[in-house]
Amino acid sequence: MVSEGKFGKFGGMFAPEILVPSLKELDAAFKRFCSDENSKKELEYYLTEFAGRETPLYFCSNLSREYGCKIYLKREDLVHGGAHKLNNTLGQALLAKYMGKTRLIAETGAGQHGIATAIAGASLGMKVDVYMGSVDMERQRLNVFRMKLMGANVIPVETGSRTLKDAINEAMRDWITNVESTYYLIGSVVGPHPYPVIVREFQRVIGKETRRQILESEGKLPDAIVACVGGGSNAIGIFYDFLKDMNVNLIGVEAAGEGLDTEMHSASCCMGTDGVLHGAFTKILQDDDGQIKTSHSVAPGLDYPGVGPEHVYLQEQGRVNYVAVDDSETLDAFEILCKKEGILPALESAHALAHALKIADEFKDGIIVVNLSGRGDKDVETFAAKRGVLV
Amino acid sequence: MSEVRVLLAALGFACMSIKETFEKLEGKGALIGYITCGDPNLEMSLKITKEVARGVDILELGIPFSDPIADGATIQAASDRALKAGIRVDDCFRIASEIEGTPKVFMTYYNLVLQRGIDKFLSDCVDAGVSGLIAPDIPIEESDDLLRASEEYGVDLIFVVAPTTDDARMNRIIEHTKGFLYVVSHLGVTGAKDSLYEGTINFIQHVKTVADNRIPIAVGFGISTPEQVENIIKAGADGAIVGSAIINLVSEGMDDEGDFKRLRDFLKSLREAAHRA
Repeated sequence: MVSEGKFGKFGGMFAPEILVPSLKELDAAFKRFCSDENSKKELEYYLTEFAGRETPLYFCSNLSREYGCKIYLKREDLVHGGAHKLNNTLGQALLAKYMGKTRLIAETGAGQHGIATAIAGASLGMKVDVYMGSVDMERQRLNVFRMKLMGANVIPVETGSRTLKDAINEAMRDWITNVESTYYLIGSVVGPHPYPVIVREFQRVIGKETRRQILESEGKLPDAIVACVGGGSNAIGIFYDFLKDMNVNLIGVEAAGEGLDTEMHSASCCMGTDGVLHGAFTKILQDDDGQIKTSHSVAPGLDYPGVGPEHVYLQEQGRVNYVAVDDSETLDAFEILCKKEGILPALESAHALAHALKIADEFKDGIIVVNLSGRGDKDVETFAAKRGVLV
Repeated sequence: MSEVRVLLAALGFACMSIKETFEKLEGKGALIGYITCGDPNLEMSLKITKEVARGVDILELGIPFSDPIADGATIQAASDRALKAGIRVDDCFRIASEIEGTPKVFMTYYNLVLQRGIDKFLSDCVDAGVSGLIAPDIPIEESDDLLRASEEYGVDLIFVVAPTTDDARMNRIIEHTKGFLYVVSHLGVTGAKDSLYEGTINFIQHVKTVADNRIPIAVGFGISTPEQVENIIKAGADGAIVGSAIINLVSEGMDDEGDFKRLRDFLKSLREAAHRA
């Protein structure tokens, strides 16, 4: 019995028997899809003409001057839909079509992945059902409406903590029930094999472009790349093509929420322990019985008590350094980027920026690339409320 | 100490094994009843579980998990109630150890086994007289460690087959399964259904053929009435597993003797249906 899809000892396929044959079928179909010239061309077409790739690698002259090193932003916030999520949903929706599936289901926390799935579904003519915790629906009302506008059906999840992890549970139950017609479009590098590989491969475009762009503008690789990590898809996407470049420091930034010394954070790499959640052996936030804890972050996209298994492997290997930034540092960075560069970052991405500004001193005259994974229109209300401002 | 336990288990001192239970029924169908430990609280759960144990051939005890992806709304709600009441995995072992005379298996998600430690979990099973373990989120591909330990402690590892499982895979699963084979009746999660799905009877007959008397087969998911129990046993199943329907009944409240009598009568009707077929 050979288990598949391991990153060292992490990952695997801890899924109910009903799904195992489908996961294997998905694995095989994905491999065929990747070597199919027409499929590759079609994805390339949608990424360029529809999603708006490639995205700029923008030099922040004001911040760079102030912080004494060259700070670049990989502008995934400019991808259609407002986040890197569409790279993955277009890829997987085309894969679903290639497999003959007619219906997409997805989970969403902040709503960004739900929107990206709704966009891909509308564009490719597929039915979309999105599971979303009722607590998240309340926090992200605008995104719920955006999904509905694009023809998606948003299903409220009232179980457990009524947030992202519960939405994933509910999406998995739907998939278990409708596995023959339905494609489960996971939004991050989590879940059972082959999902962490599929999502990584569709997000690698971020790192490939970054590498080419920084070589063009600077003639050398950056000293550090910083990305936020919830499940970890934007981070693995930008890190992956730099893994062999040992001089490039790769830093994943988790959400410390109200502090790592409290229960109110989402820092699975920093504070979690080994366990199985949503089909993968990885690091999770759990009590000593193994019950999954409720996570917290001001950034709903990071609010998840687990992390992609490949990140835990890269942490164990010492290749990527994982740190955490709290809510208040994040809000400061959010504001700084608006004021100094005229760019409104997602609160998720503001975690990465906050850490980059913190370590700028260590990289005097060096180059730091921050993956600006999404735009922050959705977070303006939250920010205003946290600052006590009425909008 | 653990060697003594293993020896006792190997000699069959712990309790009647699952295999013996099926043999003793001599062709009659077994009623396997599921209940979530700790629902709605420890004290009530103990009373209810004892009542269920008296009315079934094999007791399946669920250890509540915060994220039960293979379960439907009923068992999820039962798990939530139990966890809210503060039930711990230790309490579930305590409940199990207080049930005597009925063979018991645990049903829980793999993370709870992992966190306790596979060896400790299984040796505690032996201590509590639990003969088997069903973990719905661990397919054979991931089960090497658990298989090795379950052999060592003499606890039956019960695997699942589903309508999506092909014959080659089913054969591999049967080779590694001890106690009984858990047959998922249809594509979906647990939860009481009014009628059997189209295809369930054919699927049972098919599994029976593939199993070829190597192991008893028990069918679960969506089975809630004596008529359904009778039909699946007639189709060739050696056991019928009823869970959500029992939980639906007890979650209406178990306040007086009348409620317990209703439970008793319900189990009796299911068991008679299983034995009659």
